[in-house]
Amino acid sequence: MASEFTMRVWRGDLSGGEFKDYRVEAQEGMVVLDVIHTIQATQAPDLAVRWNCKAGKCGSCSAEINGKPRLLCMTRMNLFEPGETITISPIKTFPLLRDLVTDVSFNYEKAKKIPALKLKAKEADGTRRMYQDDVDRVQEFHKCIECFLCQDVCHVIRDHEDNKPEFAGPRSFVRLASLEMHPLDEEDRREFLKGDAGLGYCNITKCCTEVCPEGIHITDNAIIPLKERVVDAYYDPVVWLMNKLTGK
Amino acid sequence: MSDQAVAVNRGGPTDKTLRIDAWWVEPAVTVGMLSTFLIYTTWAALVNEHYYVAPYLSPFYSPCLSTSCAHVTLGLFDWPLSPAILILWAPAGFRLTCYYYRKAYYRSFWMSPPACAVRDGHAQYSGETRFPLLMQNLHRYFFYAATLVVLFLWWDALLAFRFPTTDGGSEFGLGLGTLVLIANAAFLSLYSFSCHSCRHLCGGGLDVLSQSPLRLKLWRQVSRLNENHMLFAWISLVGVMLTDVYVRFISMGYISDVRFF
Amino acid sequence: MANDKYETHEYDVIVIGAGGAGLRAAIEASAAGVKTALICKSLLGKAHTVMAEGGIAAALRNVYQEDNWKVHFRDTMRGGKMLNNWRMAQLHAQEAPDRVLELEEWGALFDRTKDGRILQRDFGGHRYARLAHVGDRTGLEMIRTLQQHAVHKGIDVYMECNIQRLLKDGDRVCGAFGYWRESGKFVTFKSKATVLATGGVGKAWKFTSNSWEYTGDGTTLAADAGADLIDMEMIQFHPTGMVWPNSVRGILVTEGVRGDGGTLRNSEGERFMFNYITDYFRAETAETEEEADAWYEDKTNNRRTPDLLPRDEVARAINAEVKAGRGSPHGGVLLDIASRRSAEYIARRLPSMHHQFKELADVDITKEPMEVGPTCHYIMGGVRVEADTAATTVPGLYAAGEVAAGLHGANRLGGNSLSDLLVFGRRAGLYAAQYAQDLEGHPSPATDQIEQCAQELLAPFNNDGGENPYSVHMALQDCMQNLVGIIRAESELKKAQTEIASLKERLARVTVEGHRQYNPGWNLALDLQSLLTVAEATTMGALERKESRGGHTREDHPGPDPDKYGKINLVLRRKDGEFSLSAEPLPEMPDDLKELFEEGR
Repeated sequence: MASEFTMRVWRGDLSGGEFKDYRVEAQEGMVVLDVIHTIQATQAPDLAVRWNCKAGKCGSCSAEINGKPRLLCMTRMNLFEPGETITISPIKTFPLLRDLVTDVSFNYEKAKKIPALKLKAKEADGTRRMYQDDVDRVQEFHKCIECFLCQDVCHVIRDHEDNKPEFAGPRSFVRLASLEMHPLDEEDRREFLKGDAGLGYCNITKCCTEVCPEGIHITDNAIIPLKERVVDAYYDPVVWLMNKLTGK
Repeated sequence: MSDQAVAVNRGGPTDKTLRIDAWWVEPAVTVGMLSTFLIYTTWAALVNEHYYVAPYLSPFYSPCLSTSCAHVTLGLFDWPLSPAILILWAPAGFRLTCYYYRKAYYRSFWMSPPACAVRDGHAQYSGETRFPLLMQNLHRYFFYAATLVVLFLWWDALLAFRFPTTDGGSEFGLGLGTLVLIANAAFLSLYSFSCHSCRHLCGGGLDVLSQSPLRLKLWRQVSRLNENHMLFAWISLVGVMLTDVYVRFISMGYISDVRFF
Repeated sequence: MANDKYETHEYDVIVIGAGGAGLRAAIEASAAGVKTALICKSLLGKAHTVMAEGGIAAALRNVYQEDNWKVHFRDTMRGGKMLNNWRMAQLHAQEAPDRVLELEEWGALFDRTKDGRILQRDFGGHRYARLAHVGDRTGLEMIRTLQQHAVHKGIDVYMECNIQRLLKDGDRVCGAFGYWRESGKFVTFKSKATVLATGGVGKAWKFTSNSWEYTGDGTTLAADAGADLIDMEMIQFHPTGMVWPNSVRGILVTEGVRGDGGTLRNSEGERFMFNYITDYFRAETAETEEEADAWYEDKTNNRRTPDLLPRDEVARAINAEVKAGRGSPHGGVLLDIASRRSAEYIARRLPSMHHQFKELADVDITKEPMEVGPTCHYIMGGVRVEADTAATTVPGLYAAGEVAAGLHGANRLGGNSLSDLLVFGRRAGLYAAQYAQDLEGHPSPATDQIEQCAQELLAPFNNDGGENPYSVHMALQDCMQNLVGIIRAESELKKAQTEIASLKERLARVTVEGHRQYNPGWNLALDLQSLLTVAEATTMGALERKESRGGHTREDHPGPDPDKYGKINLVLRRKDGEFSLSAEPLPEMPDDLKELFEEGR
């Protein structure tokens, strides 16, 4: 059941690089990462690729396959026709370290700036009570495996390097949504969202949602609800008037 | 990893895109559909005739607020131009600021980006952080206004059961046009109430929904509708246009209404 | 003095490894007010903890009031076939609930009971529903919570940094030396105390649920620094790993499938686990399918299903069924939840299993059974630590999590791993910080120590032996899989020793191409040192322990030997690269705890 493919893999670093072709045989059930490993073991031992779990749980092996941001370990070879040439390139938004490995420290820097969780006081009996009805919504955001494919595909930073300082990116918004909607959190992050996080840069073109391997509805469930919350605080004269009247 | 500054040269391939699928089909279709709708609507709204044939009122002219209307819904004053102009700003603004349509036209008309992982058509980008795009944040006001309009459309659908008789009175009846008007109001309602702002107002803005069972229920219903917001956006868009065409063609005598009873 | 040739950082406490244990240790050390660094081989948040699925065992008593630390303690000891360090098991059972609640304070959102508390689920070997969980992605929730907490506390994190040697000042460990994966450049960390939290060793086996990082680094670092290892032969083969397609063979299928109602069947459709109930567990295990199924709803009046016997028992049973020719088409058995629970229930309780099988094997687990078989999952043995302080036998060196040994004895219960990380991660961080605070001056490694390490690490580039590191790794995996697998025998173990020796020679001839910058061939060549060390230690222990107990099954010694091997730890010490083995008695359990085992069921 083996079939042969040509893998066009980007080889290079910041100083330059090119696509190199490797002829590989893929066995039944193989994923693209298996094929990359085969190339490493037999043809290019120094081919750099970042990976950990090979089960779609850690989000390390992000790359672009035929131009589409995907996890190498969750893309099966039977998506392609035998004999086809498959192009594998590093994720584009972040600076290349080597071959398929990029420097994703941007995302970790953004994470540091997010205002932390601040819980309300405990119940009178010393416990915390939260209900599944409230937790459900936030648990979707906690599914994030930090593969940063959403950050990669987002044109705000993918195509506009100068926006990087002003824009936190979809991954950060998912995290912010999980904090903002936490049933016991009492921190208000709307000013941060509007200002430092640059929520207004998002024009909701939904590519983040399209590429999310965990199927998180990033745009509909995280970003847009956050935009609406920012509207509550800054762009809604009725809410403003109500708050004035009720003295909130 | 070291914390070196992000370099402007990122390395890697510099192609506009490496996608080999037909990514341009979707934006092309969107441009085609939206342009057709825009051109037709503008014409139909300005032409100021053939929008009413008893008992059917075209949705583009509802509610009709001018006293000189062919079918006055609420005669507020006399308006010399097409009465459609008085009300169409509401649904137009609602669609223009709609979270779904924003995606559709930013991608297709503005090419920002034309498709995922395809290079943005513009060198500079500031998103919705500045005027005029900052105004997108007023979506919920258009939602309120457009909801009012939808209420009138239901009223029109009710009136579409009341057919004129030859003696100048009216009788209860059902024509194909009645069904068309009902369907139109239904699709527009689905579109309006599946809106993201509506979802937020119903309960999405709360952190603790479990203590407000009614709003939890409402939020869940709207969330379910919201999953199909795009679908409703297109169906209602085509629907409202076809409804106008239907009324217009009867009024112009191209076709005649089917009367069931 | 340290060598200024290389980038050098100075800390009070360094923690090597940023999974659950490492993160928890760093948080605790940092909270104690000492300057702390966290060093990890991958990016932060990618450690193997993310793979944990089922839950965190803790006697929270949210679902069963009858539960308490003593029951949890007893379950842990019995599951470990009494080879556990009783004090560790006691501390673990006592402290686990607080550690879970602490996670909630830091933002974790567990599944809830109707009255708003943390929901707990059933797992193998646990008498009551005890596992706090988030669907089947509990590990992800845990690591993300700890990661974000650590980030907000401002702990320094060094990512993609491979530590290769511990540095010593006399008897003490005083830092670590390694390289950046990104640049291949060397880096020295000088520290007063060092915590190892590097995880396990699974990558020495061919079919494993472990990620690439699990190469036994910490075990080897500790052994080379002179620390004792114990019970290295105790390897857990998780009964349910994926078996097909080949490329995903070994990937974990959570025990939660059985905890939530799934059952194991052979090719004849028989629920074969009823035929494998050992005397040890007979009194507490259901004998009929009716009782087993009723147990899910009513645990007071029914005994537990044999599907949820401890992992070693189930793994052996599956192995035996396949050997007897009653296996599934690809050499496993069938795990069926589709016919027993609704599709909606399965998708809600086991979303990541649903996704995993759909994406990787084209199997819809809400409609079809899964094919599963044993996969190398966990090592119970490892670095010997003091129960209360997590201190190893070398001053200044601490160990927590999978790299440390003692808590789980001969077999680990599901769910006890995540709680282990939290309980002993915290203790390691706490006592490492105390040690650092009490230490006067800053110990410093000798320059030639560092220079020698640097030379050794670069050897593969200067070697013209022509051996391929990938081939050596594959040969090792085949050797361990076939000869030191789930069922062992003296002749095979001896053969394994010969093979490991020849692989060591091959490793000395490994040549790597290219430059040092992010070079996986070079990285693997260095990891192979650890893998071979672990393979050697495990094989030695396995050959010496002439009995079957927990994660160690000897075909030629099928029963346990309670009078001899049931009373000892096998201790390994390494000197000048050679291991020596000795037997030392288990710590004696106090009488009040012994009574817990005499009451019977």
